[in-house]
Amino acid sequence: MTSRLTNRFAALRTQNRAALIAYVMADDPDPDGSLAILRALPQAGADIIELGFPFTDPMADGPAIQRAGLRSLKSGGSLKRTLALLARFRETDADTPVILMGYANPIETMGYSAFAAQAKAAGADGLIAVDIPPEEDSPLRAALQNENIALIRMATPTTDAARLPKILEGASGFVYYVSVTGVTGAKAIGPDAARLAVQRIKRATDLPVAVGFGVREPDQARAIAEVADAVVVGSAFVDEIAKTIDAGRIQDAPQSVAQKVKSLADAVHGAARTAQQEGARA
Amino acid sequence: MPDDARRNWLNLPDANGRFGEFGGRYIAETLMPLVHDLERAYREAQQSNEFRAQMDAFLRDYVGRPSPLYFAERLTQHHGGAKIYFKREELNHTGAHKINNCLGQILLALRMGKTRIIAETGAGQHGVATATVCARFGLPCTVFMGAVDIERQKPNVFRMKLLGAEVRPVTSGAATLKDAMNEALRDWVTNVENTFYIIGTVAGPHPYPELVRDFQSVIGKEAREQHIEKEGRLPDAIIACVGGGSNAIGLFHPFLQDESVAIYGVEAAGRGVDDRFEHSAAIGGGRPGVLHGNRTYLLQNEDGQILEGHSISAGLDYPGVGPEHAYLHSIGRATYLSATDDEALTAFQQCAQLEGILPALESAHALARVGDLAKQLGPGKSIILNLSGRGDKDIFTVADALGTRI
Repeated sequence: MTSRLTNRFAALRTQNRAALIAYVMADDPDPDGSLAILRALPQAGADIIELGFPFTDPMADGPAIQRAGLRSLKSGGSLKRTLALLARFRETDADTPVILMGYANPIETMGYSAFAAQAKAAGADGLIAVDIPPEEDSPLRAALQNENIALIRMATPTTDAARLPKILEGASGFVYYVSVTGVTGAKAIGPDAARLAVQRIKRATDLPVAVGFGVREPDQARAIAEVADAVVVGSAFVDEIAKTIDAGRIQDAPQSVAQKVKSLADAVHGAARTAQQEGARA
Repeated sequence: MPDDARRNWLNLPDANGRFGEFGGRYIAETLMPLVHDLERAYREAQQSNEFRAQMDAFLRDYVGRPSPLYFAERLTQHHGGAKIYFKREELNHTGAHKINNCLGQILLALRMGKTRIIAETGAGQHGVATATVCARFGLPCTVFMGAVDIERQKPNVFRMKLLGAEVRPVTSGAATLKDAMNEALRDWVTNVENTFYIIGTVAGPHPYPELVRDFQSVIGKEAREQHIEKEGRLPDAIIACVGGGSNAIGLFHPFLQDESVAIYGVEAAGRGVDDRFEHSAAIGGGRPGVLHGNRTYLLQNEDGQILEGHSISAGLDYPGVGPEHAYLHSIGRATYLSATDDEALTAFQQCAQLEGILPALESAHALARVGDLAKQLGPGKSIILNLSGRGDKDIFTVADALGTRI
């Protein structure tokens, strides 16, 4: 199956470039501001967008994304509104892959089939459901498959050799390597550890491998982009929104986020990659 | 109820941690290997004579078990119906049923070689029980507690500190029990190598609802034997308050196969079960969803956002309920009632004055419904009520509600 997501990774592979996946929370700080931020991301160099939908109890997120979620909820944010925001974004951008990211309960509440259909209609290409592990995801996966939406599986530092096949079986889109044990935006991963982890996953799958959680700075992103197919950055962008709010210049949020995205995109795109990274199982 | 559901009572949860459609393991991938490890360790412990002997010895000599089954004669006379028995869990060390579970989990943690304990707490009862066993077994203990709850429950905060625990204030979200649980999960996902998370109720991902139930089932096993000893037969009904529902499932589980025994849970109706959501009745006023690792009944809005709820009793003030209760409700094996703040307050005073026992405000919710039940069953019948905790911790809240200054 081809999709915006597979096409984007294929194009990047021919250029021997890694992707920057930029995470932002929907409706943070408010619907119009959020739309302006989304539109600024591809221009600033984001190859793929991860669009968070808010949840009151984000148990895998650190303070930055927790606060983003609260801002979103305060401005009336919800899963429905997130899909409406995505549909507005698609009016002017038909190419940038968008992955939805969030927690189970809003999806459960909408119902798996309804969610899959509405996400498709809004223009979503994938879903990361943080608290739905492989043991629990078959009905959701089936609903998403019907709509050609990828269900992104996660591997982590606690994933041992016995568990990895379970994660990869039925994975689609790409594999998201959670590079640290911890919450989003926490401690940083060392480049050597990232290299080993990515190599281990790549030996077991042809899917692209993205590395996220704890990536905030260009140097770090560059080092990871040398080995991984994509680098996910979230808290660093969300922090930019918080900073503009704290400084009383919320209208500058899109520009501030775009600057930060550009610095990270330049680092990711400038990473020195060996040809070995092109072929997965070679 | 369907036959297959009846046959399955004692064999649940299934291999996937399901009680019918409820339960499961809805957690971040990082934690999945840990809950699989925990399940393996628990299965080994279940087969271990040494583990059972250790549990028995500590339950007897440290916790003070068995707790008595007491005939509440004056309360029975007052209501003028079925005999009311109290299962006296409030006489346990630390003043509530919570210690039964903490003891089991810390022995499990030690078997697994874990060197650090974390826990969440709302009212502070589970925090105190966890800090207690950590002191006894010499493990460092961090208790996550909502900043709002820390303000409401100062005596228990100081108690935990005296026991050597670190109490970490949680300011995220609404700064209450559910946020304390989120924060504990965040700590666990960060410190996966050495940390054991002692969950205080029958919630969380599989196998927690099962193992907490098993550790609390000592309540129902004892009560069943004690009642047979005193009355020569099974009780006609059993009743307990339900927040997350650990004291209730502990009483209920050993009676599930006794179909002549009617089972009642009492949720917190707060200021009334309606769409203002000023209550904590997840079954009575919520609907199924996913939170904190399992599928169960939750207080939530139309977008699946979790609502705070309210109860005068901090121990019942949780927007969810254990998945096995959700299941027992769905198959009709247990009936879930509710009692308001005011009804619990009245029952609290009544129990103090008629029986000389200050019940926990949590237990007072069961006391608030036991009179109706006693009258409905009538003389010649009998009821066991789980007096899950003592009310000394609640005197400030009660004084406040009654407009009295201490």
